[in-house]
Amino acid sequence: MLEYFRAFFIQLAEDYPRWNFIFFYDERQWDRVVEGLYYTLMLSIACVIASVVIGIVGAWAQGSPVKWLRALVQGYIQFFRNTPPFVQLLFFYFALGQFTPTYSPDGWLEYPIISNVGWAIISLSFFAGAFNVEIFRAGIEAVPESTQEAASSLGFTRLQTYVEVVLPLAFRVSLPSLNNNLVNLVKTTTQAFAIAVPELLYQSVSIWNDFPSAQYPTMLMLFVVYIGLVGVLVLGMHRWEKATRIPGYGVGA
Amino acid sequence: MADWTPDQPIVSVKEVHKSFGELEVLKGVSFDVMKGEVICIIGPSGSGKSTLIRCINALNDIQSGSITVEGQEVHDPKLDKLELRKKVGMVFQQYNLFPHKTALENIMMAPVKVLKEPKEQVAERARSLLAKVRLEGKEDSYPGELSGGQQQRVAIARSLAMRPDVMLFDEVTAALDPETVKEVLVTIKDLAQDGMTCMLVTHEMGFAREVADHIYFTDRGVIVEHGPPATFFDQAQDPRTREFLSQIL
Repeated sequence: MLEYFRAFFIQLAEDYPRWNFIFFYDERQWDRVVEGLYYTLMLSIACVIASVVIGIVGAWAQGSPVKWLRALVQGYIQFFRNTPPFVQLLFFYFALGQFTPTYSPDGWLEYPIISNVGWAIISLSFFAGAFNVEIFRAGIEAVPESTQEAASSLGFTRLQTYVEVVLPLAFRVSLPSLNNNLVNLVKTTTQAFAIAVPELLYQSVSIWNDFPSAQYPTMLMLFVVYIGLVGVLVLGMHRWEKATRIPGYGVGA
Repeated sequence: MADWTPDQPIVSVKEVHKSFGELEVLKGVSFDVMKGEVICIIGPSGSGKSTLIRCINALNDIQSGSITVEGQEVHDPKLDKLELRKKVGMVFQQYNLFPHKTALENIMMAPVKVLKEPKEQVAERARSLLAKVRLEGKEDSYPGELSGGQQQRVAIARSLAMRPDVMLFDEVTAALDPETVKEVLVTIKDLAQDGMTCMLVTHEMGFAREVADHIYFTDRGVIVEHGPPATFFDQAQDPRTREFLSQIL
């Protein structure tokens, strides 16, 4: 079966030289695709989680009575929202990367403690996190003051009110916008290509640089993989939206 | 603090002044409520009724004067607000239920999270409270699936679950359809007959007359007149009271 599959693509490449699906029959190219997919998934999952955490903490800090803390969050949002994520990535890796300490496991080579993958995760998480803060803030502001008052009149502390009442409701309001931002984030991970993170785009470009006849098929593969990846994310988010829908409340009531 | 005895007023309000910025809403209000008493506060909109009741459980602060509940000063900055809120239950005009929790969960949340009582025990109490407000079978309904009157009764049960000594009702029927007003009033009447100390801000004059032990009429931040319902409604002295009653009755 697998032999037949490989034979088919070898034949296809012979008949149509522009359609060389080399990664379907050359094991080394296949390994490149798999490795790229691994890094893309790893970047996506790490950045989604980190950016959501940044969003929640940032939105909480925005509601803090401490003035300088609110100013700090505001400054963070303005910087990361109003500058291109690509420039941020280069800045983190090339500018900040120079000042991070290094270590040398073999006493021979020096490695920075934050690798290019590390910088990509940090940079992209802060970028998407800035939007998440605003998304969660909008959700929090949609929770009526009177509902929070009811909680405090029942003896809830400010933290308890936040955790038990405000966050669960704010989350539901925020989900559709969060969904959009996370989709964007997954696609933006391709920019890590610029600092040589071996993710899917990086591997794809390597493949078609080595085998120009594989350019169209590799681009096609990129589109298909990202449609699939984002599709899974969107499906998951929609399921989540449905599962947390409250009967008789909000949209679709 | 601990020297309060039930023969002293359970709630005592003395010379309370409260302003929102420039606007003085309460201009020296004083009255006492004894344990088991039911009092109604009536008056035109903007006369400070709701503000007054919100000051009693410290949802609003005051500029001067004193409010004590069971002998404890409410506006003492060192006061543990949790202690106060265990004693004083509050029901709001807009019910303010937690929309993401079922009726039963709404009632159980505070005893479980705030009082740290065991869940099974609280569930049992919550069920009997739902029965008390005549909502058996609605345990698993979400607030959005209940009518206004039903939501308000869940809100009353939610407050009662904390076993308060005093219940505050802030225009609790003002947002309801005329047909459902009655079911909520019946619930409050049951409570009053069980001996719960109740303070109501209301526009339901018939209800006030029937249930209250004492009526207070407020206008422009002061108590203009007060008395037992019979004398208050039939022999009002102050011209402002008479004018208000003539417009409402």
